[in-house]
Amino acid sequence: MNCIIIDDEKMARVILKTLCNQVKSLNIIEEFSSAIQAIKFLNETTVDLIFLDIHMPDFNGLDFIRSLKSPPKIILTTSDPKFAIEAFEYDFIVDYLLKPIEFSRFEKGVQKAEKFIITPEQAKPIEKPIEKDIDNDFYVNIDRRLIKIDLPSIYLVEAKGDYIKIKTEDKDYTVHSTLKKIEEKLPDSLFLKIHRSYIINIKKIIDIEDNSVLIKRDVIPVSRSKRPELMKRLDLL
Amino acid sequence: MEQPNLDYVEQLANGEESIRATLIEVIKTEFPEERKDYDESVKNKEFKKIEENVHRLKHKISILGLEKSYKMANDFEHNLREHSTEGIEDFEKILLVISAFLKTI
Repeated sequence: MNCIIIDDEKMARVILKTLCNQVKSLNIIEEFSSAIQAIKFLNETTVDLIFLDIHMPDFNGLDFIRSLKSPPKIILTTSDPKFAIEAFEYDFIVDYLLKPIEFSRFEKGVQKAEKFIITPEQAKPIEKPIEKDIDNDFYVNIDRRLIKIDLPSIYLVEAKGDYIKIKTEDKDYTVHSTLKKIEEKLPDSLFLKIHRSYIINIKKIIDIEDNSVLIKRDVIPVSRSKRPELMKRLDLL
Repeated sequence: MEQPNLDYVEQLANGEESIRATLIEVIKTEFPEERKDYDESVKNKEFKKIEENVHRLKHKISILGLEKSYKMANDFEHNLREHSTEGIEDFEKILLVISAFLKTI
């Protein structure tokens, strides 16, 4: 089985590599200190098994699981079984190993993974974005004038009290409305609310860091709860 | 006070000297870094960061066979979630014991 290791601690990765090397059927193809790096890798490479640490700063194991498009088999590694309970609701979680991991327990987990078969149903992404019908434009009321805005030209919508600021390629518009109202008009295939005050056009993203995106010249914070959805959507680009 | 040991490391290395050396090297490198991060987060009173650093150090505590200390660290980590530093003195004693032990290996 081709496998990868995801753990922010080097010691944990070294231990897992040592354990994997003692099992002939396992072939470690990569190791990652952050789950975000692993998502990029998994967009291009198929693996059979992931050893995944649940408790990691910023983007943790559960965020990672929720962002997977075609989940392979996963064995969780954790210091605290409480963290594994939530993850076990997903069908592709084979086992969890409590740190420090003993070889005999590791071997049992690998044997379970070898016998474990993921059905196409289980391998489906956890959440599917709901598509809205796409209109290419809509009108906003500014100073009693109805102004047409081309949807794909919008790169950012920002909440500003009782107003929203719509930023487009050519011009910015300040409109008396709410983020919730405009969110209903924007197609899910292009736009994503990444923070309680911001909706972005995901096609306009230039750069992403752990907690923020660069879009045009604006650096926009990403809420922790929105990060898995953002990571999942990026693969569509 | 409970003393650290290398039983887990020896068991994992299974007689392979190079594996044993690698594991010890990683502990000796990573522990002081994690401790520094921990001290920094305590200094800045950042509970979330302290909790994360305690969680990482907890793994080293368990690797070094410190079972009672691991339980204390676990309790401390849970207290931090409630923004309480109860158990901090005991936890820092554990770190001192480990630092002293790492100088001997």
